[in-house]
Amino acid sequence: MTIPHTEVGPARVPRHWLRMVVIWAVLSAVAIPLIVLVLGPHLPPGRMTSEAGSQRDANTLMTALLAPIVVSVLVFFLYSIVAFRERGAAIVDGPPLRGHVPMQTAWVLFTSVIVVALAAWGSYTLIVSSHGAGGGQGPDPVAVPSHRSQDLVVQVIGQQWNWTYRFPAYQDVETDHLELPNHSPIEFHVTSLDVTHSFWAYQLGVKADAVPGVDNVAFVHTRDDGNFNIRCAELCGLWHGHMFQTGNVVTPVAFKSWISSEQKAEAPNLRYLPPFGRTYFPAPFRRAG
Amino acid sequence: MTTYAAERPLLPAWRGLIGFNMFTALALGAGGWFLGAWIGGQIAVGNDYLIATDQNDVGILMGYLFGLIGWLGGLGFFNYPVSRLLGRPATVREKESGGAARYFTLCTDHKVVGIQYFFGVGIFFFIGGLNAMLMRTELLRPVERAWPAGQYLSLMSLHGTMMIMMTSAFILGPFGNYFVPLMIGARRMAFPRIEALTFWLVPPAGLILLSAIAFGGIPTGWTGYAPLGTEGRSGMDAYIFAFMLIGLSLTLTGINLLTTILTMRAPGLTWTRLPIFVWGVLSTSILMALAAPVLIAALLMELMDRAANTSFYLTSSGGSPYLYENLFWFFGHPEVYILALPGFGIVLEILPVFARKPLWGYKLAVAGMLGVTFLSFMVWQHHLFVSGMNSGLRPFYMLTTELISIPTGFIFLNAMGTLWHGRIRFTVPMLFALAFFFNFLIGGLSGIFLSDVPSDVTTHGSYFVMAHFHYTIMGGLVFAFFAAVYYWLPKMTGVVLNERLGKIHFWLMFVFFNLTFFPLFAAGFLDMPRRVSTYAPSLQTLNDFVSASAFVLGSSMLIFIANLIYSLVFARIPAAENPWASRGLEWQVPTPVPLENFERIPIVNSGPYEYGVEGAPPTATLGPVAVPAAGS
Repeated sequence: MTIPHTEVGPARVPRHWLRMVVIWAVLSAVAIPLIVLVLGPHLPPGRMTSEAGSQRDANTLMTALLAPIVVSVLVFFLYSIVAFRERGAAIVDGPPLRGHVPMQTAWVLFTSVIVVALAAWGSYTLIVSSHGAGGGQGPDPVAVPSHRSQDLVVQVIGQQWNWTYRFPAYQDVETDHLELPNHSPIEFHVTSLDVTHSFWAYQLGVKADAVPGVDNVAFVHTRDDGNFNIRCAELCGLWHGHMFQTGNVVTPVAFKSWISSEQKAEAPNLRYLPPFGRTYFPAPFRRAG
Repeated sequence: MTTYAAERPLLPAWRGLIGFNMFTALALGAGGWFLGAWIGGQIAVGNDYLIATDQNDVGILMGYLFGLIGWLGGLGFFNYPVSRLLGRPATVREKESGGAARYFTLCTDHKVVGIQYFFGVGIFFFIGGLNAMLMRTELLRPVERAWPAGQYLSLMSLHGTMMIMMTSAFILGPFGNYFVPLMIGARRMAFPRIEALTFWLVPPAGLILLSAIAFGGIPTGWTGYAPLGTEGRSGMDAYIFAFMLIGLSLTLTGINLLTTILTMRAPGLTWTRLPIFVWGVLSTSILMALAAPVLIAALLMELMDRAANTSFYLTSSGGSPYLYENLFWFFGHPEVYILALPGFGIVLEILPVFARKPLWGYKLAVAGMLGVTFLSFMVWQHHLFVSGMNSGLRPFYMLTTELISIPTGFIFLNAMGTLWHGRIRFTVPMLFALAFFFNFLIGGLSGIFLSDVPSDVTTHGSYFVMAHFHYTIMGGLVFAFFAAVYYWLPKMTGVVLNERLGKIHFWLMFVFFNLTFFPLFAAGFLDMPRRVSTYAPSLQTLNDFVSASAFVLGSSMLIFIANLIYSLVFARIPAAENPWASRGLEWQVPTPVPLENFERIPIVNSGPYEYGVEGAPPTATLGPVAVPAAGS
């Protein structure tokens, strides 16, 4: 019922703070340039569109900003458990420190400033500098490019388990492959015919849920030629992992010739398609697996 | 102290199986299933929308409902209300005395319920872990090889749902029920019968969830998103019913613990003397009582959509999938903190004991927990950043989500201050508690990427998210759970756990946990979506490495089981009353803990973390109190 005999040990004197700050400064000074210069250019999703570029910048900046924080906490923990480890069998109590109000206040203020700054910067990127950062904004987007009427509108239709694309500017042609012109503003209108999918064009930096009955808009501005992967990022049933395609960003001339060949090839099929709409309401069906 | 042991004639062993216990409950539950399924079949006659499908959801749901009623009746949950209705004398306390049979029936002793939870939830936890091993076997190859795609999907959904269902009560179930009354100086919980009910809803929930295998599996993962869940085969009914039972159990647990902590603290146990673990339990209980009912409502509407031809979530007939997504995450995000907060409580409870110092910044820790509790109701739409919700709201949810890292940061500051100039001993519970901070640091900070919308567009729905929440739930909650197991099991069982096996368990689990989940951040960055059984061939080396680590991580659990069996069954070295020299009130009672916990209600004299404070009085006066003379 009684607590074993304990005694208060003497406080130790080495300059722990100085040592920890030096270790932290050295490690951070090594880590930050490595992250920005070496890791940064490999962070996703690349620079194929302006929006993808803003995401890479966000990923790089946050990794670089969080590295010194991780290092500081880890250095403190590792230093403490090494320096203050007790190996003796007898249980000795430490000094009864209960808190330090200036330090607690400083910690609260410091973390608050970082967090509010991150949120402000994220909102600026989202609304002002990159028109929604490539994310789906729903039917009434708030972050819209200034000359929206010049956008190339591409409707993305998800269904179990494939993606198709309709181009209202080209007689509503529907294709099963996606090519986009370079240096052009693109406006994706993502919708679904059955369950919720998510249109993820990785290198384009686009992710927008395909929800039945909803027209989910996402903007990008293409900057670079190349291939991009298209996947489904929301579980949609049995072959979710197989909703994979490769698209291309090509020169505007190559895009024109591709779309006109698609129009020719798909012309006989066009009359079987429902008229172009922002959404499609299929009959409800159950037990599709 | 009163003893309840009644004198009874010696009966043959098989007679012990007859009566209100788990075996009767299983038999009545199975009988109820057939009765309910038959009634459901009669209801379906003449209803086109049920006949048109090959599986009768009404029959299956009625089967589960009647099975549940049979199960609870078999355990004796209806004896008390029926006796009261008939005007017969009823016992408020059920089966509190007696031997091992107490553990297999309705028992209102909070200590028995704690042990029941420990083993009950533990069994389902290991089934969920086995599912993870089977999934990692499939992911050794980039195409389906070990399991067909549909089976992989079911395994994945069972793993996710089982783990979320069981880990929600992973700490509050065993340790909350067992130790909160001891720590606040009470003899029981506020509602002992409800306490027993919260546990006895867990086994049927687990069994019903597993029955999904027989009805076509679960295609939706643990989130059960609506249009997919509505069209899924009847395994979805098992998911819905089982998750509703867990929702009910969580709500009741929350209300019970909240009432207990608010009203039954011993004299002298002021709010600033309350053990920090109890603060963690209190915040978690608030979340449980307020968030879990929303889950029940959301699932009830999904159930109606499936079985009663309503269309709450069906766009084509006027409903909206967003309704489900919002309701689900309104529960789902507080749920994440239902998993995290008890872990905060455990590690901050353990750190002062093994650093031999007072908890540094006690009030900040309380503020941190209450801050997380408050903010967690305002962040749920960060799961829906790219869903097409009102895009003007995204900056708000980005801000609230990032704000929640401020109170979480308090917990780290408390830990750092407590370790500073401590006399730190590396016992097994301390190792797990320290590992918690390493894992939660990575888990928490990776969450900042997901809270920032531009960055979330890259990582949403990818393996990055999967790695993030495994770092917080497994690296956080499960490590805290094992810290609590090694810390408190000597008090709960009265025997010492083997320390060498414990350390092997810790190092294997810590190293291979990190080797398993850290590479998955990279998999997410390299565009591997979650919940797929096929992936880019270029990621095979990475996935093989992860699978190999996961298998070792899984085997570390076998070492824990071996330790448990060896220590509890074979070695049986009796534990000291207070092996860690802790000041916690729960350590001041004898081992095994007497039925009534305390001979008399203790009077608390000081806080539980007064290590190194000269002249600190003992935590509580347990024996008879000398009545002070008048005027003193």
